Amino acid sequence: MGYLLSLKLSALLNSLPGGLAQGLVWGVMALGLYLTYRVLGFSDLSVDGSLATGGAVSVMLISAGVSPLLSVVAAFIAGSIAGLVTGLLHTRLGIPDILAGILTQISLYSINLNILGKANQAINIRQVTLYITSNTIYLTRTIIIMILVCLLIVCLLYWFLGTELGSSIRATGCNGQMARAQGINTDTMKVLTLMLANALVAASGALLSQYQGYADINMGRGAIVIGLAAIIIGEVIGEALLNKHLNFFGRLVFVCLGAVIYYLVYVFVIWLKFPPDDMKLLTAIVVAVFLAVPYLRSKSVSSFARSGKLAKAKGEK
Amino acid sequence: MLSVSNLHKTFNPGTVNEKIALNGVDLELKDGDFVTVIGSNGAGKSTLLNAIAGVWPVDEGSIEIDGDNITGLPDFKRAKYIGRVFQDPMMGTAADMWIEENLALATRRGQSRTLKTGITNKEREEYKELLKEFDLGLESRLTTKVGLLSGGQRQALTLLMATLIKPKVLLLDEHTAALDPKTAKKVLEVTEQIVNKYNLTTFMVTHNMRDAIAYGNRLIMMNEGEIVLDISGDEKKNLTVSDLMKKFEVATGTEIVNDDALLNSK
Repeated sequence: MGYLLSLKLSALLNSLPGGLAQGLVWGVMALGLYLTYRVLGFSDLSVDGSLATGGAVSVMLISAGVSPLLSVVAAFIAGSIAGLVTGLLHTRLGIPDILAGILTQISLYSINLNILGKANQAINIRQVTLYITSNTIYLTRTIIIMILVCLLIVCLLYWFLGTELGSSIRATGCNGQMARAQGINTDTMKVLTLMLANALVAASGALLSQYQGYADINMGRGAIVIGLAAIIIGEVIGEALLNKHLNFFGRLVFVCLGAVIYYLVYVFVIWLKFPPDDMKLLTAIVVAVFLAVPYLRSKSVSSFARSGKLAKAKGEK
Repeated sequence: MLSVSNLHKTFNPGTVNEKIALNGVDLELKDGDFVTVIGSNGAGKSTLLNAIAGVWPVDEGSIEIDGDNITGLPDFKRAKYIGRVFQDPMMGTAADMWIEENLALATRRGQSRTLKTGITNKEREEYKELLKEFDLGLESRLTTKVGLLSGGQRQALTLLMATLIKPKVLLLDEHTAALDPKTAKKVLEVTEQIVNKYNLTTFMVTHNMRDAIAYGNRLIMMNEGEIVLDISGDEKKNLTVSDLMKKFEVATGTEIVNDDALLNSK
């Protein structure tokens, strides 16, 4: 009873806009991850590193007097280089996708420390005007800007994946042998996609560091799991709401919304006084459950255990 | 059109699994030749097709198409010369993409892919006409995912894709082997229709002796990585299965004991 009384509804309502803003920032990251995880079918673990790289680049450039917008562009480019490295490790040196991503991620840890100079760096918010900020006075503006940013990226991705180049990327992810038979250089397509994906992830990292006012060497830890959660939550809800009417544009929108929902739930769970330290564990469990559900559902229709049970039941008659 | 000379390929060299798959193959196809290729398992017929397609580099020898030496080009660079249909119906199409998207990918075979729209409205109309012509019941299903089609429909679609841009050489790798007999017949009919329409130079690997005899103007038989029989003209037209088996015995000094070959000759 004491616990319930300690929960104040006003506190929850106050923290929801922040969750919304943060969710939209992570929506950019989820869209990047969607390119590799869903379109290309490549499990890219380098994103944990490139998210922090984006944050580090942005914060250091802003501290050096560069405009926040330009710092996001720089982070975008830095992220694409990270993606290039993963892509080359995989396509030119034959390193399996997950391992190539891990190698990039771990090298980025050192690189990010070098960029930051220490484990974390704050932006001196008295000196610069940030458009994306967790400052509650400007939160409405932040949310509006982030909605526009997400929409812009969704539109650009939707257009891009419909072009000749984008179609080639989709074909590469779907059936590499077919793509090559149609004259598509699948290695180039993989590298391109990894560059674009990590660029978006790093841009998201840049926005995140501006939002929270600092960059931290660990800010990308577990990013891939949060991104996956966003993709899966978005897809499940999108398919549940729109069923067969969920077209590709809608799918991209719902990936963004998935990140928003994730962060709204995050805020809610924290409000319930769930220890923040355990959030990553909770996220991992949620992702595991969502990934397992389709598999378990197919098992319930057809499995050895079920066949065995049926056979035994017949035998008793 | 296609000129293959002294082609050698050994798999797993220097190991206990060493296998000489191609042992000095020479082959010359004239423009418009439709050659059927038979041989027992491991004879090297699919290996020869893969060598031409550029799935892996050959050890020795050269491959020329229309005067261009393509021996040093990987498969995706050879795609502008070659149309391919695979044995596995899943192989030749992108299952998660629409029928029209698959066709649009094939329309751009051999071209660089730019930021132009992936499929134009004009193309959509052309695809509709094309699908109607081959009577596959697909003309109203342009925005159906290819993964929802049957194996036969997918093979027919792959055939269309392989020939949408006229290939210098069409490679068919036992493309009806995974289909039921009725569907296989339909796909072979479509194959002949397309090959005749565009007068395509065609290299068709098959397990089925009857098909090898019934289709094409030339037949070659492979054994242990070499071409042991090469029959064309009137001799090919009047060929029967028992002729073919006798000729094989004479050429190699062995009988055909492969179950597959015997079963498929019925």
